[in-house]
Amino acid sequence: MNKFWKTGEPYVLATGAALAIILVMSLTLVGVVMTNGLGYFWPRALVKLELKDGTSALGQVTQKEKNPISGIRRLQLKVGNRDVFGQDFRWIDEQDIASRSLPADAVLVERREHGNYFGFLKGVTAEGITLTGAAPQEQLQQALKQVADKRDDTRAIKKQMSNLNNTAEGLRLKLQKLEYRGKEKNSAEISELTAAREKVLAEFTLLNEKLTATQAEIGRITAQFTDAAGGSKDISLMDIIVLQHTNSMSFLDKCGAYLERVRELLLDDPRESNTEGGLFPAIFGTVMMVLLMSVFSLPFGVVAAIYLREYARDGLMTRMVRIAVNNLAGVPSIVYGVFGLGFFVYGIGGSIDSLFFPERLPTPTFGTGGILWSSLTLALLTVPVVIVATEESLASIPKGIREGSLALGATKFQTLTKILLPMATPGIMTGLILSMARAAGEVAPLMIVGVVKLAPTLPFDMNFPFFHMDRKFMHLGFHIYDVGFQSPNVEAAKPMVFVTTMLLLAIVVLASSTAIYLRNKMRSKYTTSTF
Amino acid sequence: MAQTLEQNGNAPILSVSNLNLHYGTAQALKGINLDMARHQVTAFIGPSGCGKSTLLRCFNRMNDLVESCRIDGSIRFNGDEVNETSTDVISLRRKIGMVFQQSNPFPKSIYENIVYGLRIAGVHDKATLDEAVERSLKSAAIWNEVKDRLNDSALGLSGGQAQRICIARAIAVNPEIILMDEPCSALDPISTLKIEELIEELKSKYTIVIVTHNMQQAARVSDVTAFFYLGELIEAGGTRKIFTNPEKKQTEDYITGRFG
Repeated sequence: MNKFWKTGEPYVLATGAALAIILVMSLTLVGVVMTNGLGYFWPRALVKLELKDGTSALGQVTQKEKNPISGIRRLQLKVGNRDVFGQDFRWIDEQDIASRSLPADAVLVERREHGNYFGFLKGVTAEGITLTGAAPQEQLQQALKQVADKRDDTRAIKKQMSNLNNTAEGLRLKLQKLEYRGKEKNSAEISELTAAREKVLAEFTLLNEKLTATQAEIGRITAQFTDAAGGSKDISLMDIIVLQHTNSMSFLDKCGAYLERVRELLLDDPRESNTEGGLFPAIFGTVMMVLLMSVFSLPFGVVAAIYLREYARDGLMTRMVRIAVNNLAGVPSIVYGVFGLGFFVYGIGGSIDSLFFPERLPTPTFGTGGILWSSLTLALLTVPVVIVATEESLASIPKGIREGSLALGATKFQTLTKILLPMATPGIMTGLILSMARAAGEVAPLMIVGVVKLAPTLPFDMNFPFFHMDRKFMHLGFHIYDVGFQSPNVEAAKPMVFVTTMLLLAIVVLASSTAIYLRNKMRSKYTTSTF
Repeated sequence: MAQTLEQNGNAPILSVSNLNLHYGTAQALKGINLDMARHQVTAFIGPSGCGKSTLLRCFNRMNDLVESCRIDGSIRFNGDEVNETSTDVISLRRKIGMVFQQSNPFPKSIYENIVYGLRIAGVHDKATLDEAVERSLKSAAIWNEVKDRLNDSALGLSGGQAQRICIARAIAVNPEIILMDEPCSALDPISTLKIEELIEELKSKYTIVIVTHNMQQAARVSDVTAFFYLGELIEAGGTRKIFTNPEKKQTEDYITGRFG
């Protein structure tokens, strides 16, 4: 027996088992997220349930379980029609169901507001357009086609309005600056600017009127629906985003609908307090924040590590700095958030405001949370990782290589830039990967230095200076928290939590794999060998 | 260079006098006095830890990298003091090349390895660089083996080839002296033989100082041999004399292997 322990075999088994457990846990995590996230967009059948008490319900079955109190089997039906029934979900005991059917004419209407509507199409009231179709379904399709152009118009008008708004805001700030600097109210410059601004505003008002008119025109066309309980509902075409006859869709149709939903998720703006629509601003915010963070933390960390490893004398001071750096990596992230708020936002941001934008005060420009401060805070959080990785990889370069370079008459700096740094790059990249993964998943500090639930504009657009570092932004990690725990309709938002989680994971994996690919390419180039 | 040769005639190219070296409190070299003649191969022999490598590294100031190292005494290279703060270490190292125990090619192509010394010295002319590569690879007797793969990584070479690349790299900057710190200790006998033949050839153009553990090697390649023991220079003289008729008992014991 003693011999058995001495062979070391049991320890090998233990290490294998530990690895297996870790593997199973990660796979389970990914599996749960994937099944819940990917399944969400698949068009589910609309089931009509005739209940024994004579009423009926229409919806999608979302869960089946045994009632934990009575032990009766029940199912959860997503009945939608929040504005009619008051809530999206309903529990129905299986024993109360008289019959089930999948009516082919049942429709799912995705609306701009109030969530989905499940029901049956009755007819279309058209004002100002003529419909030739006989069946209400045909009529609706015709109507939707006819207003498609007008919808595009509204979108274009909105874009123009936003541009005008931007120009007007720019002019207003200019005016404010001039007035702050003590220019006479009736000076030529001011009156010129005021006139320009008024002209823009007039144009804006005009467009606004046009928009309202077009919207009203579309809004006058409505479709009538009845729900399972027998109530009827008029929905304006303006509010209909997607209309599906889910039960009569072929497999290919469903695939098409699925892909359309994925496209919407990746490229559209969120709706309904983030529980529906797309996640584009959050994806964009996360990626931009992580990239900005890398831009700050990588050079800073690498330079600090070079000094520590190559130039600083190995004394008490160096050791203290090294210990401090290692400890920094362990500080809870919320502490960085508080520091970022005090130092970056109020300290530096406040100073920038009072130096460069005094005319806008008390409205802060940089003295409030924004993507710049968030990236800097996270850069601070991840810089120890870069420092440690760079130091390690510099330390792992054989002494002979340095001496070889120095013996040829190279200066220390030449050795560093021409030999050591290229050789250390794979290690530095590893540090960068770790720091990016950490930064992408960090939420707590961001909540106090710049992340918001809904940002009206992206931190990047086509208006000069393109990158708006002072803007607040949306973030996938915060989105998970917000949708999952802060939204008014948590049950309906649950699938969105999984979808968002999946996206966040995908972004981290994508960023890491790109970096790993680059690192491996470099590593094969700089592999050291002594023989 | 021709002028210096004429001027200095038979004057030693390197001359060490009263050299003491301390690592912290431990004294590694004790009162060394030694001259090395131009275009000769001088071999340093002695047991491990006797200070022969340390002395070699004094010549091109590689001991500067060791923080606790303290040197006093004089080393003169062509009559100029090496061991002074005002000495231009960069140009000194360009004139005194070094080959290490472990071959240490840079993770670059063979071509880039050879021209590294020239590039950092500010030579960028392609023709000059090409010429230097061919000349130094030929001098290092490796031109035929690598001429078709100059752009391949130098890390893919065998140990012996890598060591000859390192020699070529040292030659490329046109040094006057080449210091070799046990250049063959990590090589197989065939590669060792090639390096030894190379040393024989290089002698005509360069002064070579070689540290070796292998006494047969010292006997084969060197003109002058110096025996070190516990930081002291015990005996130095013509190789033939040292190996056949040493003056000191310690030298004889060491050479005949009676020495622990």
